Amino acid sequence: MKVPTDLLYTNEHEWIKIEGDRAILGITDFAQEHLGDIVFVELPELDAQVASGEGVAVIESVKAVASVYTPVSGTVVEINDALEDNPELLNQEPYDNFIAIIEMDDPSEVEDLMSPEEYEQFCREQEKELGGR
Amino acid sequence: MSDSLKRTPLYEIHQRYGGKMIDFGGWELPVQYASIIQEHHMVREKAGIFDVSHMGEIEVTGEKAEGFVRYLMTNDVTRLKDKQVQYTLMCYPDGGVVDDLLVYRFSQQHYLLVVNASNTEKDYQWILSHAPEGIQVANVSDQYAQIAVQGPKAQEILQKISDTDLSQIRFFWFEPQVKLAGIQCMVSRTGYTGEDGFEIYLPAAEAAELWERIMEAGGEDIGPAGLGARDTLRFEAKLPLYGQELGPDITPLEAVLGHFVKLDSGDFIGRDALLKQRDEGIKRSLAEFEMIGRGIPRSHYEVYKNGEKIGYVTSGAYAPTLGKPMGLALIESRWSEPGEDIDIMIRSKLIPARVTRGAFYKRPQK
Repeated sequence: MKVPTDLLYTNEHEWIKIEGDRAILGITDFAQEHLGDIVFVELPELDAQVASGEGVAVIESVKAVASVYTPVSGTVVEINDALEDNPELLNQEPYDNFIAIIEMDDPSEVEDLMSPEEYEQFCREQEKELGGR
Repeated sequence: MSDSLKRTPLYEIHQRYGGKMIDFGGWELPVQYASIIQEHHMVREKAGIFDVSHMGEIEVTGEKAEGFVRYLMTNDVTRLKDKQVQYTLMCYPDGGVVDDLLVYRFSQQHYLLVVNASNTEKDYQWILSHAPEGIQVANVSDQYAQIAVQGPKAQEILQKISDTDLSQIRFFWFEPQVKLAGIQCMVSRTGYTGEDGFEIYLPAAEAAELWERIMEAGGEDIGPAGLGARDTLRFEAKLPLYGQELGPDITPLEAVLGHFVKLDSGDFIGRDALLKQRDEGIKRSLAEFEMIGRGIPRSHYEVYKNGEKIGYVTSGAYAPTLGKPMGLALIESRWSEPGEDIDIMIRSKLIPARVTRGAFYKRPQK
């Protein structure tokens, strides 16, 4: 399982890349692996106002439906609409395919996110709970 | 995984092949090995091997077995010849479905019923409770392992390890004594994928050996397939699943399975209710639909017409071979004709869809 060192993470298995006051949001390798084959992505609206903890996108695999939550509040300034036609990109390269970019209202919200080391530890614990699979 | 889950004789095999195990109605079975979609395509294009040992097997024997089985079933088993298989349903007196199943006829005095895993005990008790004197009913599920080999290359692969000419087993027929890799098996040309293929019944102790010999014989042309692919394959071929398209509160006529209900050839449990339903008009029907708007329909999503709820989705999914989301819904019959515009409630939004007919997968004829 890949956990790039230049990103921050949530306990819902999203990754965040901070570029100035913009937060780039995607799902992690752990998330795509556990969802299985992704067949549908519903993206947020451009210019939508979102609040931290809110579901902003929906990802559906063959067997499961999952929400993507934003850990930061702000305005959606970009969405990756290539995912609408090619949702499997999230399985293939979860870190190269963002879901949305959010212009943050309060950049201090990122302080609550996990570091790569913390996230790796978090995933190990989740794997154990899921029966080591 | 809970310790109370039942394991099939192929449990070790699933571990070895990297199966992702889940609790499936009390059985620990692989939902997938690597990818549901890859496994799905493998079955449509070449061949897949499935562990379906969890299926229930109930034997009915006795001098008057034929009449007894006829009385339990909606389909007419008296039409069967020895070594023939029939798809049928068992109903309650009110027309609701106890289970859907396959009937194998060895002789007029000996039938094997292959039932849904999670219904095995219920079915066994149901059958037993109706059995008159002179009829023996036995739940023999634990004696059998069952392996399904499905796909256009299924016959070619199995032929490599058998001296029996498998092309002689026609669709929905079986051979009780076939040697595969030297192992004594019962083989039927049946399946639950919409492809050509076989279902193989054999003693539990030899299942792992046969699995490996089939994998060797198939080489690049076969891959293990899990329950996830089994579900997308059956759904895409519009084969009903008990608990979704069928259940105690859904009649076979509502599920548009009237072809398997013979109302004019002898009495059976549920016949009066089904006759009444037929004569009074069937108020809700299973309909195919495709999405017009973006979204994937899923079981239990509500279906609307002109803002009024008219039913619910029984099964829905992204259909991998058709390459689009499709659905089956139980809706008011007056809206179930092809071309009707309906809406599916997906995450509190009404998404447009359209009733279709014949849009599901049919395998290309040779």
